[in-house]
Amino acid sequence: MEPETSTHHTTTGLNHRKLLMWAFLGSDCMFFGSLIATYLIYQSRSIVGPIPADILDIPVTSVSTFVLLMSSFMMVLSYNAIGKGDMRRFRIWVMGTILMGCTFLGFQVYEFREFALHGLTPRTNLFGSTFFTLTGFHGAHVTLGVIWLASLFWFSYKDPETLKKDHGLSVDLAALYWHFVDIVWIVIFTVVYLIGGV
Amino acid sequence: MVSISSVFERPTTYKGIAGWLVTVDHKRIGILYGVTAFIFFMVGGLEALVMRWQLARPEMTAVTPEVYNQMFTMHGTTMIFLAIMPLGAAFFNFIIPLQIGARDVAFPRLNAFSYWTFLAGGIFLNSSWFLGGAPNAGWFGYAPQTTKLFNLGYGIDFWIMGLQILGIASLAAAFNFIVTIVNLRAPGMSLMKMPVFTWMTLLTSILLVLAFPVITVALILLLMDRSYGTLFFTTSAGGDPILWQHLFWVFGHPEVYILILPAMGIVSEVLPTFSKKPLFGYPVVILSGIIIAFLGWAVWSHHMFTVGLGPIANAAFTITTMAIAIPTGVKIFNWIGTMWKGSLVLNSAMLFSIGFILMFIIGGLSGVMHSSASSDAQQQDTYFIVAHIHYVLFGGSIFAIFSGIYYWFPKMTGKLLSETIGKIHFALTFAGFNLAFFPMHFLGLDGMPRRVYSYESAMGWDLWNFVSTLGAFMIGVSILVFLHNVAKSMRKPNDAGNDPWNGRTLEWSISSPPPVYNFAHIPQVKTLDDWWNTKYSGKKPLRKVAGGSEQPSGEAVHIELPGLSYFPLFASLGLLIAAYGMMFSLVLVVLGMLLTMASVYAWSLEPAEEHSPSDPLSLEAKEIASLPLDARTDRIAELLKSSQGRKK
Repeated sequence: MEPETSTHHTTTGLNHRKLLMWAFLGSDCMFFGSLIATYLIYQSRSIVGPIPADILDIPVTSVSTFVLLMSSFMMVLSYNAIGKGDMRRFRIWVMGTILMGCTFLGFQVYEFREFALHGLTPRTNLFGSTFFTLTGFHGAHVTLGVIWLASLFWFSYKDPETLKKDHGLSVDLAALYWHFVDIVWIVIFTVVYLIGGV
Repeated sequence: MVSISSVFERPTTYKGIAGWLVTVDHKRIGILYGVTAFIFFMVGGLEALVMRWQLARPEMTAVTPEVYNQMFTMHGTTMIFLAIMPLGAAFFNFIIPLQIGARDVAFPRLNAFSYWTFLAGGIFLNSSWFLGGAPNAGWFGYAPQTTKLFNLGYGIDFWIMGLQILGIASLAAAFNFIVTIVNLRAPGMSLMKMPVFTWMTLLTSILLVLAFPVITVALILLLMDRSYGTLFFTTSAGGDPILWQHLFWVFGHPEVYILILPAMGIVSEVLPTFSKKPLFGYPVVILSGIIIAFLGWAVWSHHMFTVGLGPIANAAFTITTMAIAIPTGVKIFNWIGTMWKGSLVLNSAMLFSIGFILMFIIGGLSGVMHSSASSDAQQQDTYFIVAHIHYVLFGGSIFAIFSGIYYWFPKMTGKLLSETIGKIHFALTFAGFNLAFFPMHFLGLDGMPRRVYSYESAMGWDLWNFVSTLGAFMIGVSILVFLHNVAKSMRKPNDAGNDPWNGRTLEWSISSPPPVYNFAHIPQVKTLDDWWNTKYSGKKPLRKVAGGSEQPSGEAVHIELPGLSYFPLFASLGLLIAAYGMMFSLVLVVLGMLLTMASVYAWSLEPAEEHSPSDPLSLEAKEIASLPLDARTDRIAELLKSSQGRKK
């Protein structure tokens, strides 16, 4: 979305779109909060296996977690580049972020497939239902983020000047979202894998 | 940029139906919200009348039990999500930008999207009547009662997808109003100079933003259970019915305050205006609102006192629930204090506000009764609870909404509603409401369970059920009287003037109806109730100045108006198509989502420019802004007259 009514003056000095993004992230906190609470409530209440300790592969997921965290680093670099008006570096770093996001998603597809082969689907037991729903919706958020960043990448060729406006606000918003989705993953990784998986 | 601009030309028409379809004007969207929600209000009312007809006498068979279940489910769902919430949104839209001295909301296209999505959700939900039966498991849709195992058919799927669509609409609107109120206030309007209605809107929006994701998750879990065979609410696999209740009421109780806080805001505007006094204890009213909004998160399990959560949980939720009566009581005393020794003007708006206080006290008192877990054990699932919810949501919210309609109708249309008919409307509503719902207290204490299809004469419930039905139909008649009032007023010429009530807040400083750009000059706010102080500071006689500000600011006048857009409508349409697809065909899901995606892209790529300088409205606004203050009122009246001539 573009700035709509007056961008010249706002009461707080914050841009409207940035405030909107923060309000949205607050809302999304409650969304993931509810999903994580559901996961915790149903933890170790499955009647049949497999249970998390049987099936979660912490080393593999640690790799994908590392990739996702590094993608946030790339995102910071690309935001820094657009702030300086350096379109070449912006494109490099944002493409890096996209590729790392895709790598994370690839790991997730692999993980889901492996679990299915080992007899865990959303219909198997409560662990399956809660696990696939929680990580699936996180994956959907990452997918949306990848599409968003890819749109920015495309737009950087179409209309670089607009993208640079307001210190690269459009990139800033996508970055906020991206970091948020990353932080949510840190919580999920901790709750589901590190605490719940052993 | 040129190529993109030419692809996504923004529409320019204000005229006819097309003008309404592409509108981003908060005032037009407010009117759309109001009219649509009132139609749904009447649909929900008809459903209530069917139920009251069925219960008028013992062992009636006016409808089948299955249809009866659909009636009470759709009545509750309609009244909450399609009537009271959007009627509140109608006032948010029309009034908030005017009260804070803004030209529009922060995101006008998102605002249009909220309305169209709300309409889509309403149509979708109600179309279930014709597509295999409406939802039938109550507005709370308890799982596993709503899982496939116990509830085949499309009704529940319509309910799930309908609420998801309405959730998107409400969330989009809430984001928009948070940003608008936080970020778009006129210079000088600090938080504690904001009108109370604006404050309550802000709190409501914050509650919405935090509460709706919770029911979104609950609905997703239920949808996955029904459609993909997950096990969240399958008890044989360990699924827990209490999970649904927790998730639903963590949303459901803040939702109650989402319904009542705007009502409290309206009443806090009406009472001071017609008592000719400032609101008694303004900061305390605001603080009470904040405490209510905060404590509203800590009381949800009082809906589950009979579930068996244990004495500690029940005691804790008893205490928090009783605690929330304190800020509510504080507000009631503040309203009474506002009227105390005021020069009361008992017109229709004021009568409905006073009615609100009286009815809300009764609803609040029965609320305190079942805040005690042990007392609630006797009242749970009886008509006593039905009486309570109607005293707070009808006697509370709807009374306040009618008060708001009588209060702001002149600002919205330029025409005053008839006071005589208005008072008849109030008398009928007040009498009908109490006849319909007070006997339910007796029925409930006498053990009549809620949601029953019928009862035997031997139960001894005949008399009060019959009285209640009479009252319900009296309310029906009162709505017809109200519609007659509106229809009659719309046919007469504009007679309201800018400030018919000698108002206190900024919306009364501009013409009625307001020009498209609202304020020719953005006002400079100095005090709470700024317009009142502008009129009376230094005991100067009233100066009616269109444009709001006493001193035109020195800065160059530059009026920006948001451009019209097709894409909010298309984005909502895509959601509607996808929702039907969830029920009937995957192809429709794909097509609908593609349409929404494409609309979102087009939306963000269409040129953001304001009206072209040659746009007649921009020219009008600039011309007015350049006039000296005294000349503005006349010029605006002239322009409005000529534009009405054009319409005819």
